[in-house]
Amino acid sequence: MALQSLDIQRRSATTTPSPDIRQNTQTTKVAKLIDVSKCIGCKACQAACMEWNDIRDEIGTCVGVYDNPPNLSAESWTVMRFSEVELEEGKLEWLIRKDGCMHCADPGCLKACPSPGAIVQYANGIVDFHEENCIGCGYCITGCPFDVPRISQKDNKAYKCTLCSDRVAVGMEPACIKSCPTGALVFGSKEDMIHHAEGRITDLKERGYQNAGLYDPKGVGGTHVMYVLQHADKPGIYSNLPKDPHISPLVSLWKGITKPLMSAGLGLAALVGFFHYVTVGPNEVKEGEIERAEEEDI
Amino acid sequence: MHKRPYLIRRYYPSDRFNHWFVAITFILVALSGLALFHPAFFFLSHLLGGGPWTRILHPFIGVVMFVAFLVLAFRFWGDNFFTGKDRQWIRQMDDVVSNREEKLPPVGRYNAGQKLFFWTMVTSILLLLISGILIWQPYFAPYVPIIVIRVAVLVHALSAFVAITGLIVHIYAAIWVKGSVEAMTRGTVTGAWARQHHLDWYRKMKNGEIRGHDHY
Repeated sequence: MALQSLDIQRRSATTTPSPDIRQNTQTTKVAKLIDVSKCIGCKACQAACMEWNDIRDEIGTCVGVYDNPPNLSAESWTVMRFSEVELEEGKLEWLIRKDGCMHCADPGCLKACPSPGAIVQYANGIVDFHEENCIGCGYCITGCPFDVPRISQKDNKAYKCTLCSDRVAVGMEPACIKSCPTGALVFGSKEDMIHHAEGRITDLKERGYQNAGLYDPKGVGGTHVMYVLQHADKPGIYSNLPKDPHISPLVSLWKGITKPLMSAGLGLAALVGFFHYVTVGPNEVKEGEIERAEEEDI
Repeated sequence: MHKRPYLIRRYYPSDRFNHWFVAITFILVALSGLALFHPAFFFLSHLLGGGPWTRILHPFIGVVMFVAFLVLAFRFWGDNFFTGKDRQWIRQMDDVVSNREEKLPPVGRYNAGQKLFFWTMVTSILLLLISGILIWQPYFAPYVPIIVIRVAVLVHALSAFVAITGLIVHIYAAIWVKGSVEAMTRGTVTGAWARQHHLDWYRKMKNGEIRGHDHY
């Protein structure tokens, strides 16, 4: 049995219950809170992520903005996204959003994954990829409302932020949290993080950010990575953070009702055939037909 | 002494090779595809050597099947256009499934059910190819917009369902109508079979309008 903090709540492509003997003990849900208003874009969290997970992205080139690397990759599980926004005339705001897996309570990647146990959701809320079970089909990318998973070109396995499930399992905070010099990143129980965010939001509102708020989108059941945003009414200005993310209805249809319905349909088609054969019977050449055909034979 | 039945050639060896080539590749893509469709079928991924091998081989086998199917479709294309008699045949579906064939209008080389199967396969296999290429990892999918991928996975699943259901009906029809399997395994049918199931085609064969008349 796994460590209690890593008890499995949900498992990809599995139709039977996951081990839940401890379910009643109420494993604490964890969350990472990213306070965008405190982030200075130093990328210490990116470096810490690389270091703890022992992954090195290829050295790229400058793309003209501070984003470096320019996008998430199989080797870069978190990336600072910089956007320059002028909501009020003459008032430039430099919004820096730490992008990465949001650890949705209703994970689209897990819903889409066809390989049993390649994606798991722990009882503490962390959504983790088990790459040894990954087949490299890319369905997790199709299912993700945040465009997070990446397939490695080296091994064709999907990778993303693990919320340092290995560290959290032994009572440590994720590596990015540990490295943050401004306290923009905090980690704890989801309840505590919401409470912490409330204090920050009150503070921001007092400083003139009337629309400050918490980003914990309900469309995906809430997330275990949350943002404090100065402009929570316009998440799109933070490098296209979706306003109302949810699993696409196309994915829900594909991995929802069609799966049992079409599987049953195929079974039914075969059964109808079988029962047709044993009730109506085969269609055989009739006696008279043989004689008629022989008469007409040359 | 039993007289050997009078036989009519229905398929040339090249037709048979083409058909069974498509059949084998279709079974492989269908089973490996089902493995990725529903967890209940995931065990089928072992057919091609496990999950990653299924992901690797399924699309390649699919493309091979498409090419072979394309040749087959062109071979049989001309015999599969619907006529007024076909519409009447479909209206009398209850006579069809009840083996009351004598009540049906005379049938040419293919009956309306076979034609329906032909066009179902043409449409669904074309959709499977297009949607399959769009979601093909790691070669094409990384360059396709996510919304297109989401539509493609759905189209791929739905058209696969239609194609596999079509195949189940096709296989059952071959078991149900005795004497049909030999057409595709040996190339011939008996004169009586042709007269009962495909009277118009039988008459054309007798009148020498179509090549393929053969005595063994």
